[in-house]
Amino acid sequence: MRLIEAVGMALRTIRAQKLKSFFSLIGVLIGVTFLIAVVSIVQGMNRYMVDRFANTLIGANTFELRQRPSIVTGEVTDETWLAWRRRPRISYSDADYVRDRIRTPATYAKFCSDRVSVHYEGKVAKDIELVGTEASYFGIRNYQIEAGRAFTPQEVQNAQPVLVIGHELAEKLLPSIDPLGKVVQIGGLPYRIIGVVEKQGTLFGLSLDKFAIMPFNAPGRRLICPINILDALIVRTDDPTHMTLAMGEAEAIMRSRRALKPWQENNFAFQTAEGALGTWQKISRILFLALPGLVAISLVVGGIVIMNIMLMAVSERTREIGIRKALGARRRDILAQFVVESATLSAAGALLGIGFGLALAFVVNALTPLPAAVAPWSVVVGMALGIGVGIVAGVYPASRASRLDPIVALRAE
Amino acid sequence: MSELIRIRDLAREYQMGEEHILALRGVTLDIRRNEYVAIMGPSGSGKSTMMNMLGCLDTPTGGEYWLNGQEVSRLTDDELARVRNREIGFVFQTFNLLPRASALHNVELPLVYAGVRARERRERAAAALARVGLENRMDHRPNELSGGQRQRVAIARALVNSPSILLADEPTGNLDSVTSEEIMRVFGALHAAGQTVIMVTHEPDIAAHAERVVVLRDGRVESDRLQRGVAA
Repeated sequence: MRLIEAVGMALRTIRAQKLKSFFSLIGVLIGVTFLIAVVSIVQGMNRYMVDRFANTLIGANTFELRQRPSIVTGEVTDETWLAWRRRPRISYSDADYVRDRIRTPATYAKFCSDRVSVHYEGKVAKDIELVGTEASYFGIRNYQIEAGRAFTPQEVQNAQPVLVIGHELAEKLLPSIDPLGKVVQIGGLPYRIIGVVEKQGTLFGLSLDKFAIMPFNAPGRRLICPINILDALIVRTDDPTHMTLAMGEAEAIMRSRRALKPWQENNFAFQTAEGALGTWQKISRILFLALPGLVAISLVVGGIVIMNIMLMAVSERTREIGIRKALGARRRDILAQFVVESATLSAAGALLGIGFGLALAFVVNALTPLPAAVAPWSVVVGMALGIGVGIVAGVYPASRASRLDPIVALRAE
Repeated sequence: MSELIRIRDLAREYQMGEEHILALRGVTLDIRRNEYVAIMGPSGSGKSTMMNMLGCLDTPTGGEYWLNGQEVSRLTDDELARVRNREIGFVFQTFNLLPRASALHNVELPLVYAGVRARERRERAAAALARVGLENRMDHRPNELSGGQRQRVAIARALVNSPSILLADEPTGNLDSVTSEEIMRVFGALHAAGQTVIMVTHEPDIAAHAERVVVLRDGRVESDRLQRGVAA
């Protein structure tokens, strides 16, 4: 008997008993739903963390030389925190020293930032990130200017009080007026707006467009950094290899500048996109480790349910088996019939599970800022597991069916 | 060997707990092609066991059974399944149709196990149904058919593989007398067309339709006579 016919026969039987079939495949359904949904959400989360979180906050192929890590996602003890705070800060001359000595090609930007309020004609925008930096910062961050221009190295050199502001700040503080050339107040000091950066979107629902960028030693710098002190030196390279090289160089240069002995730890830190992802990667690894266990449990339960249903089917359909045998079905025909029926049942469960899993991922995608990305491999694995569970669960009932004596089976009620 | 069936000293012993039961104690019987045989006997005579033997549903514990030139008494289960599929068309007292399948699909079943392709299967099954006068009931399920119609579906199923023997086990046991006569007419027509028919029954007026009556008693052939002049 050909496989397609066996599947067709199985589908007819399943269709004849829709409700019973549905309940019998609920275990497989849940297992596969879970597999698809979790994989999709974790995958989406992964991509989101890499694309948005890390690359927005730090940037690809970029590292920051800092006093201490800026993005700490794991647990940090009080002692570590105190030790970090006792470290010497990064000074202008540290930054220049490192910049002059790194031989790997790279772009640099001195960087300071803090939250401030920006005033314009009686209106206030609170909680704006004021960044003091160099002209290279726009390139490092891939900021596209949507109106006006970025500031120039000359303006940085001359500590000009000019601002390039984020899209949202422009919209909120200066609605329906051209912000270019307008003078706003920060900490009582006047700044002239010369450019607006195009919209950056959101991260975990928070706006990335509420910032103002000024030359790092412009008059307001005391609002964000002590004199001569930087939050970070940002270093951007072309590719990951260069980044590793440059970071190695920077480490050696800083250690020698600070005269650290070989046994002493670095008293400065490098922040990278990957570093920021550390904790997330740990979480996603745990999820991926736990996933097979959780899926396995529901599939085992689903398999047992299907096996029971098939055993019931065999005893309910004993006479059918007798008839088929009398008409010439061999053992392997009966075996195949019930294994295929079990596998088809289970595959139907897997198919529904894939549907539900995708729907769940879609709902998460639509209702939360987390994007769910469906991993094609998880669909394939889900289907394969479904069919596999069905086959395994079907073998025992099917072999019992195939061994029935046709005379006895024909007499069954 | 001109016989279709050649049985020599056939014995069947059952083990029921401690007890040995000898259902058949050495039956010798020859049946030629195109015979119409009724096998009769009281209950306990070995009639059912004989039917199972003839139908290759069971194997004997002693003796020989040659069917269509092949010794079938020592075959394995799967080999017996092949023989049943090719050589034997069963008609049961309780019809034994698949309740959820249409008449057409029921008739197709033996062809499924013979490995016949779907299209040819449908054509042959439809032809077999037409032969028993059910060309208008092909898509009906058994519960939508009368008892006589169900038994005709079963006969169509038995014929669809062109078997050597049409083997009927109390074919009218679940039918009223009018319908029984109708089914007997179908059998008669099939026999007239060259079909070998073997019928196991305990009803003398049903057996009266056959050309030859074999009576079993206590696992042996008690009598074996031809009844000439019976309407075919």
